[in-house]
Amino acid sequence: MPTIDVNIERCKGCERCIDACPQEILGMSQKLNNKGYKFAVMVDEPRCIGCSQCAIACPDVAIEVYVEGAHYQFFQY
Amino acid sequence: MTKVLMKGNEAIGEAAIRAGCLHFFGYPITPQSEVPEYLAKRMPEVGGTFVQAESEVAASNMIYGSAGVGIKVLTTSSSPGISLMAEGLSYIAACELPVVLVNIMRSGPGLGGILPAQGDYLQATKGTGHGDFQLIVLAPSSVQEAVDLVVLAFELAEKYLNPVMVIGDGMIGQMMEPVEFPPEGQGKPLDPGDWALTGCKGRKKRIINSLYLDPIECNDINLKLKAKYDLIAKKEKRWETYNCDKPYDLLICSFGMMSRICKTAIDDLAEQGIQVGLFRPITVNPFPYEACRKAMDKAKRVLVLEMNMGQMLEDIKLAGEGSKEIDFFGTAGGVVLSPDESLLKMRKSLRKIPKATKAKPKKKPAKKTKAAKKRKSR
Amino acid sequence: MKKIFASTKGLTDRPTHYCPGCTHGVIHRMVGESIEELGLRERTVGIAPVGCAVLAYEYFNCDMFEASHGRAPAVATGAKRSRPDLILFTYQGDGDLASIGMGEIIHAANRGEKITVIFVNNAVYGMTGGQMAPTTMPGQYTTTSPFGRDTAEVGYPVRMTEVITQLTTPAFVARVSTHTTREIVRAKAVIKEAFRYQAEGRCFTFVEVLSTCPTNWGLSPREAVKWVEKEMVPYYPLGITKRPEDFTEEWKDGGH
Ligand SMILES: Cc1ncc(C[n+]2csc(CCOP(=O)(O)OP(=O)(O)O)c2C)c(N)n1
Ligand code: SF4
Ligand code: SF4
Ligand code: SF4
Repeated sequence: MPTIDVNIERCKGCERCIDACPQEILGMSQKLNNKGYKFAVMVDEPRCIGCSQCAIACPDVAIEVYVEGAHYQFFQY
Repeated sequence: MTKVLMKGNEAIGEAAIRAGCLHFFGYPITPQSEVPEYLAKRMPEVGGTFVQAESEVAASNMIYGSAGVGIKVLTTSSSPGISLMAEGLSYIAACELPVVLVNIMRSGPGLGGILPAQGDYLQATKGTGHGDFQLIVLAPSSVQEAVDLVVLAFELAEKYLNPVMVIGDGMIGQMMEPVEFPPEGQGKPLDPGDWALTGCKGRKKRIINSLYLDPIECNDINLKLKAKYDLIAKKEKRWETYNCDKPYDLLICSFGMMSRICKTAIDDLAEQGIQVGLFRPITVNPFPYEACRKAMDKAKRVLVLEMNMGQMLEDIKLAGEGSKEIDFFGTAGGVVLSPDESLLKMRKSLRKIPKATKAKPKKKPAKKTKAAKKRKSR
Repeated sequence: MKKIFASTKGLTDRPTHYCPGCTHGVIHRMVGESIEELGLRERTVGIAPVGCAVLAYEYFNCDMFEASHGRAPAVATGAKRSRPDLILFTYQGDGDLASIGMGEIIHAANRGEKITVIFVNNAVYGMTGGQMAPTTMPGQYTTTSPFGRDTAEVGYPVRMTEVITQLTTPAFVARVSTHTTREIVRAKAVIKEAFRYQAEGRCFTFVEVLSTCPTNWGLSPREAVKWVEKEMVPYYPLGITKRPEDFTEEWKDGGH
């Protein structure tokens, strides 16, 4: 199952990943990280298709994408 | 070794090549344009690089880039161009990079004129650009000395990782004199040490930077630079005294070509039985204050002659600490005192020395020498 | 589990100081990835500008210079001409490149220095607090155009890509953007192509990247990317305007 790992201390809560995700499965945390930002969280993990759109859009290299077997790829990045 | 007859500017270019400098970035300006012209021809012959920059601002930043990747580099310019290089020089000094630059001074301020002057003394020695930094500044008084000092400049730049400036007045750039060069192929490439940006293969990345947002860190950098300047001042002062082994009442202080003119006047006075000493700094920064003071101590009065409105005069006053009366005469705009005019200025100062204490002439005034006659007949 | 997207070795681990949603971060990543993927990182020397990206020397994982305001192309010229084996790139903002450094960029381009210039156009001076840049849009409010950029008084924004394109020498010139994932993917391909040309010793390469400054635009990061799309892209058309003639491979639409 594809999934992502958000490095919450790198995240600045800009929400670009939320807009980038075609599955609309990302949201913002209620908690703040150590820098005082809300951070991106996965709200519906099973629906992640491992497309990396969120990570490509992230200005702070805060997202890593993991896959096992088949996954979607919209673009060759 | 054989001497060749060469124009000062071309000799400066050749001297850099002999010192192992194969990279030149610069912008044309009278009276130094023969340096880029000469090197545009010569660099390809020796496998070097010549780039005509779009401005002196760019040139000063090109040498920053070149020195930063660990390459011996030269730029040359003249007064208005040096003003534009202030930016790059401040960065280069802050980042402790070795570069050599030559200022063939013309008259100012503003666009001024293209004739020789020494009006950039304070700019070179005290206020080249923003922030607390210093150049090592060397002032030759002949084409041969310009060659020797350019070679020395590369040594000092590398030794202290500091920009070194050679200041010559327009005359040095324009006149032809016989010169002798160090043999070809002797100059070694720069040692890139542990600072040059050569690609991070097999080592940690390096950064050449002068931004220090932390005040303590920035203070530390300034302290480190100051310690280096103090060391340079301790080790590298150079000067010449002329006719100072005999007792003298009057000491002349001048630098560059002006000092050479003074020497002729001093010889003439000596022939007339009047001994006058000359003190000439070769490193105008660091200024040899102690040596200057020593020479001043032996005199009753001091005369400073410069091709400006009294710039080195400040350093002479600092050296003398009020111990001596100091006269000054300066010309600007390309007006250069002849030896005879300089002699008149010296006589004027001599007259101000109280009679009773004037050193007695040892012998009767000698007849005019051949040299003196020749000068007159010109 | 296979990691298919992670940070690149072309960047250090240091988190950037950029504001939330500032696309300087995306552009850094694309440059870092390009030099790493092309195997150039260990012979690359980057040049940070004066501007918000001044600390780029901390973020790129290669040898770095910090240049004075606008002079990065001159520094790159000095370095590249001295050690032609190095890969040189400058990373410059619009105040840095299109205002104070206009002379340096034009002449480096015109000499055909074999360097790569990454030009970040965010329509404003970011670092100094949102003053007007040469690229500020007509009517755009900034701290020094408090009534909106008045083109009658200060002229129209400078289109640097077009300016560089009209020079005869430069051979690879492009404008890309960061406002959607799709554009980021295109941008990455273009930046990588630029570095490849340099590595092949081909030509001067110039990539303008439309970027956001949410902080000084007074917009949220999400609104900011919309603003790029709505205001900037129509005035600053995207695409490759020049590419070395003998290059045959088509600009792939992000693999589509
Ligand atoms: C010679 C000089 N002039 C002015 C400044 C002040 N300054 C610092 S950054 C900057 C503007 C940078 O804007 P831009 O290039 O658009 O980059 P951004 O911050 O938007 O990324 C200015 C004017 C300076 N550091 N040096
Ligand atoms: S990898 Fe794709 S589907 Fe999964 S969270 Fe990121 S954008 Fe959404
Ligand atoms: S794009 Fe990156 S920085 Fe922005 S919210 Fe998502 S994870 Fe955080
Ligand atoms: S001020 Fe603007 S350009 Fe600078 S970091 Fe913030 S958002 Fe980015």
